[in-house]
Amino acid sequence: MSSTSNPLLEAKGITKYFGTITALENVNLKVHAGECLGVVGDNGAGKSTLMKVLSGLYKPSAGSLFFQGKKEILESPRDSQNLGLEMVYQDLALAGNLPIGENIFLGREPTKNLGFLKLLDFNKIKELTNAHLDKLKINVKSADQKVEELSGGQRQAVAIARSTAFNAKVVIMDEPTAALAIKEVGKVLDLINSLKKTGVGVIVISHRMDDIFTVCDRVMALFQGTNFAEASLSNTSRDEVIGWIMGKK
Amino acid sequence: MEDKDKKIESLHLKLIPYFEKYGILLLLILMILVMHILQPDVFLSWRNVTNVFKQISWQSMLALGVFMVIVTAGIDLSVGSIMMLSLMILAVVAKAGAPWFIVVLTPLIAGFLCGLFNGLGITLLRMPHPFIMTLGTLYIFRGTGNLISGGTPISGFTDEVRYLGHGRIDLQWLGLEKSQYLPVSLVLIAIVYIIFWIFLNKSKTGKWIYAIGGNPNAARASGINVNKILIIVYSLCGFLSGIGALILAGRTDSGYPNAGLQSELDAIAACIIGGASFFGGRGTVLGVFAGVMIMGILRNGLNLMDVSSFWQQVLIGSIIVLAVYIDVLRRDIGTRK
Repeated sequence: MSSTSNPLLEAKGITKYFGTITALENVNLKVHAGECLGVVGDNGAGKSTLMKVLSGLYKPSAGSLFFQGKKEILESPRDSQNLGLEMVYQDLALAGNLPIGENIFLGREPTKNLGFLKLLDFNKIKELTNAHLDKLKINVKSADQKVEELSGGQRQAVAIARSTAFNAKVVIMDEPTAALAIKEVGKVLDLINSLKKTGVGVIVISHRMDDIFTVCDRVMALFQGTNFAEASLSNTSRDEVIGWIMGKK
Repeated sequence: MEDKDKKIESLHLKLIPYFEKYGILLLLILMILVMHILQPDVFLSWRNVTNVFKQISWQSMLALGVFMVIVTAGIDLSVGSIMMLSLMILAVVAKAGAPWFIVVLTPLIAGFLCGLFNGLGITLLRMPHPFIMTLGTLYIFRGTGNLISGGTPISGFTDEVRYLGHGRIDLQWLGLEKSQYLPVSLVLIAIVYIIFWIFLNKSKTGKWIYAIGGNPNAARASGINVNKILIIVYSLCGFLSGIGALILAGRTDSGYPNAGLQSELDAIAACIIGGASFFGGRGTVLGVFAGVMIMGILRNGLNLMDVSSFWQQVLIGSIIVLAVYIDVLRRDIGTRK
């Protein structure tokens, strides 16, 4: 959490144009190991665009990303995953027709060789899934349950489990509690806190001040695609942060 | 009372996955029983059963290809035309006197390339929906087939070329009569279906095909190259249509302009009856096979009973609607809201 050490992830001068629209202009961001950074901003402030740049889904028009002090160019989500940068999308990006385990390992399935054939290793998927869910204290009936049969909170938990199944160093979460019932919000926030304890850097985008003030150590506000304000949680208040969202300092 | 309801409900929930997987087989068995009762002497005779398999042989290839496409939430309307074009190319090459092993390869390569063309069009040209690209190629491929052949049938292939569609595996060594042979096309169906079952259920690419149908954004966010997978799927669909052309060449000994006309609709119908969902991500290879069989048996049975083909159309249409309605009901029960 010390701000003197190198940040895990740092974005410098990120600018993104869509045609004639400037979605982001000269935005900076950094997050340290074991730290949770809250990113707030009104609709259209550029939060989601920034996250998509960080996850490699969008290429920035200008600016650079540094991971553990080293400059990185992300060509695709696979590149960011390989670095240990994982994203939990607002729409959760889960395939409802597939079981929990296959969602967690989607795109990175363990395989076994059968002669010249490389086949999926379903036993291993199940084994690793159960171990990982246990580690995060996520309760589901079975790793074979289809995701579409789960509640919103369980799905969010699976999405977070998915993001941390491969030794993630930074996890970026887009509105992790937006779609949840109130009683499920607490569980997801607990999950974020336990991630921090394992040394993962977490970035949480949220509209909910409760989320920000429960799990974050630092908060930054975007306004019209630019850095607007930033403070550590102990030096600010809900009212001030809400003011930032509306463009008032 | 409430406990009892709960028990029944949980029993339902337990049965649903089995019903989802094997329900269509129940329907198939039921149909076979009904046909057997209606036509006890003929329907289950060796001759008639092999006849059904020979009749569904090329349709089963188209249906399997279209099924994979439907799993990705896409559609391929061009399979009938791909088959016709592949058949015409085969016929022209055969007539030009090429050796049989080249003749046999041509429809497979042609079908694959047609499918590749579809896949590239859908992804690179960013067509709003595969329906549009494959509707276009439905015309393009059939037109090309007619241009190549001059719009006239080309007949007469060698036995080697006809083997897959027309060959017989003698079973006299098992003590059976000479008329009790196994059609080669039946063995081919079994082999191709088993290969594709393994591919779709046990390989990474197969899993990704289901994932794309379930949620393309999830697939993309997982680092899966969605466009590449789609191109593979449409190419394989074309390749299977090419196998269909090879079987049809054997069965009919002719390349003819109307080959496979409207067979894309039969293929889609078989997938839907077999439980594939148009929304993608749902359906099994076994289901498609059952769907193809149900359509084949229905046609065969109604022919045996001398029912007019108009009624066959009405019945097949009704089964499609009914099958999908059952699927809708199943989703209502199975999915949490």
